[in-house]
Amino acid sequence: MSTYKLDYLDQLESEAIHIMREVAGQFERPALLFSGGKDSITLVHLALKAFRPGKFPFPLVHIDTGHNFQEALDFRDWLAESLGEKLIVRYVEDTIREKKLKEPTGRNASRNALQTFTLLDTIEEFEFDACIGGARRDEEKARAKERVFSVRDEFGSWDPKLQRPELWNIYNGKIHKGENVRVFPISNWTELDVWNYIKRENIALPSIYFAHERELILRDGKLLATAKGVIQTEETDQLVTRKVRFRTVGDISCTAAVESDADTLEAAIAEIQATRISERGETRIDDQVSEAAMEDRKKGGYF
Amino acid sequence: MDLLRFITAGSVDDGKSTLIGRLLYDSKSILADQMEAIERASKSRDDGEIDLALLTDGLRSEREQGITIDVAYRYFQTTKRKFIIVDAPGHIQYTRNMVTGASNCQLAVVLVDARHGVVEQTRRHSLIASMLGIPHLVVAINKMDLVDYSQDVFSNICIHYNELAQKLDVGEVTYIPLSALNGDNVVEKSANMPWYEGEPLLSYLETVELDHDENLTDARFPVQYVIRPQTAELHDYRGYAGKITSGIFRKGDSVTVLPTGETSTIDAIEMAETHFDEAFAPMSVVLHLADDVDVSRGNLIVKSESLPIVSQNVEAMLCWMDSKPLKAGNKYTLQHGTFRTRCAVRDIVYQLNVNTYEEKEDVESLKLNDIARIVLKTAKPVSFDPYDKNRVNGGAILIDETSNVTVGALMLQKEAV
Repeated sequence: MSTYKLDYLDQLESEAIHIMREVAGQFERPALLFSGGKDSITLVHLALKAFRPGKFPFPLVHIDTGHNFQEALDFRDWLAESLGEKLIVRYVEDTIREKKLKEPTGRNASRNALQTFTLLDTIEEFEFDACIGGARRDEEKARAKERVFSVRDEFGSWDPKLQRPELWNIYNGKIHKGENVRVFPISNWTELDVWNYIKRENIALPSIYFAHERELILRDGKLLATAKGVIQTEETDQLVTRKVRFRTVGDISCTAAVESDADTLEAAIAEIQATRISERGETRIDDQVSEAAMEDRKKGGYF
Repeated sequence: MDLLRFITAGSVDDGKSTLIGRLLYDSKSILADQMEAIERASKSRDDGEIDLALLTDGLRSEREQGITIDVAYRYFQTTKRKFIIVDAPGHIQYTRNMVTGASNCQLAVVLVDARHGVVEQTRRHSLIASMLGIPHLVVAINKMDLVDYSQDVFSNICIHYNELAQKLDVGEVTYIPLSALNGDNVVEKSANMPWYEGEPLLSYLETVELDHDENLTDARFPVQYVIRPQTAELHDYRGYAGKITSGIFRKGDSVTVLPTGETSTIDAIEMAETHFDEAFAPMSVVLHLADDVDVSRGNLIVKSESLPIVSQNVEAMLCWMDSKPLKAGNKYTLQHGTFRTRCAVRDIVYQLNVNTYEEKEDVESLKLNDIARIVLKTAKPVSFDPYDKNRVNGGAILIDETSNVTVGALMLQKEAV
């Protein structure tokens, strides 16, 4: 450290730690939204750097759609257990039953939209005033305009026209009762930055991120995982066995696999560097419905 | 690899979105599916040409109006550097958005339309870049294809801009003639302008020297959070968590805690249980002090050899960001790093015309997007450095006490008499 210059990954890391500590310093009842995916696993690693040897000043909270990859759920439980941190799980299934919600049916039906109801109920139940999430600005056009501290009203709504100015490294988390703030510490990271950081820090990931043989449904050129009761098969579907990995780990019904031989971190990173298709474009089926799909979901309270 | 955050200032009419689209496209940062989406959207427009500007318009209302309303962030990298583009709107009614975007940037690209030269908007954008202390400025003279790639046009604009720069405290200025639409001097050197001996924009961005931008002399550490595990084996552990905003801290350094003025020495510097002998800006670390002094969130730990100003009377430049006007006598919450205190506006010294740079005195109130010099009286003393010496420890915000919204950006200047 003779040159007093930080590498870009160190700069991004320090920025994210600073944001997490601002959450700890400014809020009474924060939470870290944890999905078992690589972005939220990275958040947990950053929280270790921000708060150890102390405990996390927030629980890990998972909104379980019931459509998760088992590998991701097992990993979630193992991680919380091994760190000795508190894990809260709430189920979309319960919200559907209690609120008599209608599940979307038909092609590519997913519970991504219903998740918002469970999230808002959970926020209310625990009176969370800040929820840390792993969204990145490079994911999508509407995200590119969101602040690091994103203030939501009682209905969880995001109003892009009423965003608070965010200057230097000053974050204003002052809110009224009933409002809450969504906080995105890795806003400025790209998908490749996350992967490079995972490699540098030697962070463990669920196995589905790496190439493995699997039975899949081939539909419209996309490979979907088979899951009983979750994905309705159609006549034109083909059942195939391929060597694949998942680039994102979301709702099983709207997350496509990519064919791959990348069974190590190095190989996965090399593949991502070479790809010409974006993460969401390749693997998320629900964002492609309309050009403003994400913007609409966020206004409705989605993360 | 290092990181450069730069802001692009200009309007759609100057070809700003096209320039960003061109940078992303020619540096191969646009992926195939994103390109297809642009092609689809371009087809629904009248001319059918691929519109690179569509890459940067995020929100539906922006697409409908064909303008940028809010700050958007774009990411790309080359083999030499990682870049964050802060894409800020250019119109006067979005001055606050540009101020917001500029606050973190090391470089500004100010777009000038070659046909129109230095206009009111150029003056405004340059003023904001200078007021926010951006150390490097690129004047990108765009649409050179529409003036026959004329060297005379370029030289005249440079002379004209140079006169303006004399009046402002701008950092290093670089002029580049380009055509974003055709790609001249954006990524590739233009064959149409052999008279231009400088680099194209991207090579300049890749190589501009950033080493001297960080203030490494005045060590400042705002305390964010106190780590106290209170377990049996770590019973006496008390670590101050924060991010070094400027300077270098070393083990054994004499430090002062502000605003209380208590002194101690640095006992240890750690991060996630790894210990360091020294740490520098912008690292996030945990500091341990040798003595049992009272330190909590909002305190500033500084090296005793270079103390900041500690005062309850502060003179500052202000960009007003709220639709409710600011008047002398109004009260707000001031947030400076992690420190908050109530404050009252003692006086509006003058309002600055962002286009002519004229100073107007005897101003009653400030409207959205106005820029002024004001004097504040704070309930508790603020420990700050003059903004031109230290951007992070010289910046602060004003928060409305009823709406909780951030309503003002402050560049702290000096202690007021």
